[in-house]
Amino acid sequence: MKEELLKRMVKGPDGVEFEVEPLRDYYCEAGPTVQTPAYTAIIEKLFNWARSESIWILGFGTGCGAIEMRPLMTPRFDAYRYGIQWRPTPRQANLFVISGYLSTKTLKRVIRSYEQMQSPKYVVGLGSCTINGGMYWDSYNTIKRLDDYLPVDLYIAGCMPRPEALLAGFEDLKKLIRAGKAEGANQYAENFEWYKANQKSVIHDWDMPDYNW
Amino acid sequence: MVMQALYDTLKPRFLLGEFTKQRDDLAFITVEAVRLHALLRHLRDQEGFTHLVLLTAVDWLEDGQFQLTYLLNNRAKRQDVGLRVLIARDNATMESIHDLWAAAATYQRELREMFGIDFPDSPRLHEDFILEGWQDIPPYRRDFDTLKYAQENYRDRPGRETRDPAQHMKQQLYGED
Repeated sequence: MKEELLKRMVKGPDGVEFEVEPLRDYYCEAGPTVQTPAYTAIIEKLFNWARSESIWILGFGTGCGAIEMRPLMTPRFDAYRYGIQWRPTPRQANLFVISGYLSTKTLKRVIRSYEQMQSPKYVVGLGSCTINGGMYWDSYNTIKRLDDYLPVDLYIAGCMPRPEALLAGFEDLKKLIRAGKAEGANQYAENFEWYKANQKSVIHDWDMPDYNW
Repeated sequence: MVMQALYDTLKPRFLLGEFTKQRDDLAFITVEAVRLHALLRHLRDQEGFTHLVLLTAVDWLEDGQFQLTYLLNNRAKRQDVGLRVLIARDNATMESIHDLWAAAATYQRELREMFGIDFPDSPRLHEDFILEGWQDIPPYRRDFDTLKYAQENYRDRPGRETRDPAQHMKQQLYGED
């Protein structure tokens, strides 16, 4: 645990000493909750349509596959015409594209970013590295199955998949969302203990709150 | 020829070891660990090798040695010289050169983490560099089994086939016969 997260005595500007327990005082202890459909089926359908047409991707390239996102967001392939755009912060994004190999060091940042995103949120695994390790199958430092650590809605196979493959994948994701099958955030909430145990089994220096942001 | 001349002038002074010429403008010189610091300072201040290109290590497991390679560049004359230093593999320790090139501290941090070579007094040496919370032996040591580590720590997805590339291509190109 990081020093700044440990329980300690702090002296305030008025000279009063008080105890601070950052994990309880600065972060929320409550885990994620399952979001059940709030309205009648027809309205949920409308919502799902709206969600599928506004896919906002977190601009976080985790591996070499991020190189395919540049031609996608520029005029050559222009993903914006499909209602897909990139956002600079997890608070504004609802799709996390894990672009290729994921080292355990990056996995830690990915988990933090994913948990900061607002529900409903989706995860797409890009490239064979996220599926079974790909060419990093014997690496000491990269995970082999992304769905052990995060709920994955869709995989796009290839090494690397071309931007066209990504566009096709995004269209498939839209179909999943419209059908109400992209329930990754709820899966994560339901199996939270299992995901946390898996994450902690590879991240040996867990120095952050369990669910936090 | 230029590199040979440099070697000949420095040899008696720094008791240099083996000389390997790679190109006219690139040569490698073996030097003892205790003389390395003085030689680097001389090359930097007197011979114009002002730029430390890289510092890296090789694990000679069978000989029980680590080889450190310090590659220097002389921009004005467009020459490179590599200095090879062999140190014992057990409790590997080497003098830090961060006082000559501040950038060396980063290389030394990496070597400490990946090979377990200690550089006393090097700044931030024991901070995590690439690996975080590493508990096994340093992964670039050749006695570290990366496949075994991956199998123990990361779950496989069933159904993955692995073929021997040479056999597979032979089969593809020439068939059964």
